[in-house]
Amino acid sequence: MGEAAAVLTMKGICKRFPGVTALDGVDLRLLPGEVHALMGENGAGKSTLIKVLTGVYPADAGTVELGGATVAFGGPLEAQRAGISTVYQEVNLCANLSVAENILLGREPRRRGRIDWKRMRARAAELLSRLELSLDVSAPLSSCSLAVQQMVAIARAIDVDARVLILDEPTSSLDADEVAQLFRVLRRLKEQGIAILFVSHFLDQVYEISDRMTILRNGRLVGEYPTRELSPVRLVAKMIGQELAALERLHGEHKTFDRPLVEARGVGRAGAVEPFTLTVHEGEVVGLAGLLGSGRTEVARLLFGADHASTGEITVGGTPVSLRTPRAAMNHKIAFCSENRKEDGLIPDLTVRENIILALQATRGWTRPVPREQQDELVSRYVEALKISPPNPEQLVRNLSGGNQQKVVLARWLILAPRLLILDEPTRGIDVGAKAEIQRLVAQLSDGGMAVLFISAELEEVLRLSHKVEVLRDRRLVAELPNDDRLTTDVLMETIASGGRA
Amino acid sequence: MRRLVWPAAVLVLLLALNVFFTPSFLSIQVRDGHLYGSLIDILRFGAPLILVAIGMTLVIATGGIDLSVGSVVAISGALACLQISQDAGLFTAVALALGLCLLLGAWNGFLVAGIGIQPIIATLILMVAGRGLAQLITGGQIITVNSPAYKMIGGGYWLTVPFGIVIVAVVLAVTAFLTRRLALGMLIESVGGNAEASRLAGIRSRGIIVMVYAFAALCAGVAGLMISSNVSSADGNNAGLWIELDAILAVVIGGTSLAGGRFSLAGTVLGALIIQTLTTTIYSIGVPPETTLLFKALVVAAVCLIQSPSFREKVFHRRRRAVAPAPATDEKVRVTT
Repeated sequence: MGEAAAVLTMKGICKRFPGVTALDGVDLRLLPGEVHALMGENGAGKSTLIKVLTGVYPADAGTVELGGATVAFGGPLEAQRAGISTVYQEVNLCANLSVAENILLGREPRRRGRIDWKRMRARAAELLSRLELSLDVSAPLSSCSLAVQQMVAIARAIDVDARVLILDEPTSSLDADEVAQLFRVLRRLKEQGIAILFVSHFLDQVYEISDRMTILRNGRLVGEYPTRELSPVRLVAKMIGQELAALERLHGEHKTFDRPLVEARGVGRAGAVEPFTLTVHEGEVVGLAGLLGSGRTEVARLLFGADHASTGEITVGGTPVSLRTPRAAMNHKIAFCSENRKEDGLIPDLTVRENIILALQATRGWTRPVPREQQDELVSRYVEALKISPPNPEQLVRNLSGGNQQKVVLARWLILAPRLLILDEPTRGIDVGAKAEIQRLVAQLSDGGMAVLFISAELEEVLRLSHKVEVLRDRRLVAELPNDDRLTTDVLMETIASGGRA
Repeated sequence: MRRLVWPAAVLVLLLALNVFFTPSFLSIQVRDGHLYGSLIDILRFGAPLILVAIGMTLVIATGGIDLSVGSVVAISGALACLQISQDAGLFTAVALALGLCLLLGAWNGFLVAGIGIQPIIATLILMVAGRGLAQLITGGQIITVNSPAYKMIGGGYWLTVPFGIVIVAVVLAVTAFLTRRLALGMLIESVGGNAEASRLAGIRSRGIIVMVYAFAALCAGVAGLMISSNVSSADGNNAGLWIELDAILAVVIGGTSLAGGRFSLAGTVLGALIIQTLTTTIYSIGVPPETTLLFKALVVAAVCLIQSPSFREKVFHRRRRAVAPAPATDEKVRVTT
């Protein structure tokens, strides 16, 4: 298989958005009849690359060649006409229409201007049979399972002589059997000579289905590898980008923790995370490591009552508690800085001051306002302590930079003096200086007796801060590792890649 | 404060227009111990709208909308007049009417926050059903009452000031106290600004939403008493008809976004006054009656446009920008899922 055989070649693709370089000289080539995995952490540029390929975004630099001819699509429709079809993570179909209508929407067979329903059903059934599926094509799509809906989306995508099929996280809402069914279909399409670009966060699945992979990190190309020749450990290392800087552990001596604060026994939520058992002691920093989508955030949300657990029991200080709402968790002095500060953290229209006192005000109820002097005092103390800039409490929080917004959310929870502080990716997308400050703050807080559950995609950071590390993989807690001298990022990566079996 | 500049300017313009056509427009006299003049009339006739709009402001700030207030106006007037016509005391009549309104508002809030129906649909139910309820109460007739005490609410005077204006001032003061001195305003803005983040910050947004709808209905109820008292009768069919639309308009003119979040009570009052002044202006400058609604629509459209920063930018700065840069917004809007 040489260069000449490639059905699609992207070379030197660059894409800049105001303030960010999303893609910087990325190459990608797809061979006919292969499944090619596009790998990278969140924000690595996978979605942007797909959007450049399908014409959603114009590329700032670089070329796209399809079947030897240089192309530049004006939009997904043009790309589809040229044979590049995309199936997105969320099924983009109309649940109220029939299976056949969904497959042929927009290109219904017509006779004298009217839709030829008979031919339409026949054509839809034929397309589904290419996927070895037999369905009642006149049934409404809503009566099909999610996996079948996904297949219908694929059937729709391959109707137009597809040469390239892009699957963006097709398996994230499917269970194991459904994934197996999807993979049978993919293998069949492969035999028909279609090049498939497969994006997934599930390593097992990538190894099961893909032939080669292209890895991106921070908008740059890391490399292209045959899947067989790249071990999962090396894949994870390449995705995360191991920095060789000396690891400075913020917790020097090994303390022992004997006063359990929050214990979760068999806590789980169907479809989100398998039942796990986890104990956080007073003054302990527990790191949660795992790839994106491994269930890190789900664990945090269950411990904060943001989602309801479907199984298990949580005790705080030895007494069983029911964490049905965030408010209930707050009453037990549990605080949660969510990963997505724009959507789940900040109220963009409110000022820095209002955002900081929001949780405190919520616990007091609206009838007992925090006196203005106390507000000003609290806010100015934390603006100073966390070096929030600009140090103007009456600034709208939407106008702050990412790092400062993160500090505002942190300040909101710190003024409640929680006993357990859950930090979900507190240092993502913020600059190095702010990152170091937040890490130091976490160390300080735990020295003061506060328990911290620390979630981060950066393994160095997890190692530097945590007393013990819980490893998640594919929505299951697979290992608990004490953070002693033997624990290194390599060991962690090994555990993430092998699922604790090694 | 800056966003109040445009509505204030429009109001001043409308008043100036009136002075031009009616030079005595601004004069206020005392006749028979009552304040008298066009400005007083605007306030007095605008009072029900201001009340309804105050309640609507809080609902809109949570990201909702309440279409049922017009029907609640009718229900409140109908129940109060029915009670009084059956020789109930003024206090009983008013308490029963307002109590029913609170209940109806809580029902709206329950549909929105408890069941999760979209506000426009949830309140549409009561908008339609409420008219029926009002007619049920009045038995399909117009109930007339002859009670000087009841007449006081909408038609009376207190220390020379029309009593309706006093009621509006009190409701406005109480609302401002609850929202700005106590923490209700911030929590409402928080729920409207980002509901999920508010929940994760520990705010019981359901309770807040139910309270806000109940408050809007209460305001509408008071307005209903005022309207029926002013004419000493209750008309289940026509009392408060379309007042919800004027109220929504007043809120929007006042600078509160329909998307929820930040709200401005002062802006809403200005907006309601603009609408009322416009009605007065139409009569005083002699617009033919059959074109009244069209004229009103044009002015309102102009007011809304002039408030939009992007519209002002386009109209007033077009010639200054020699080469318009291509809009770069398209790229950022689409988000991967």
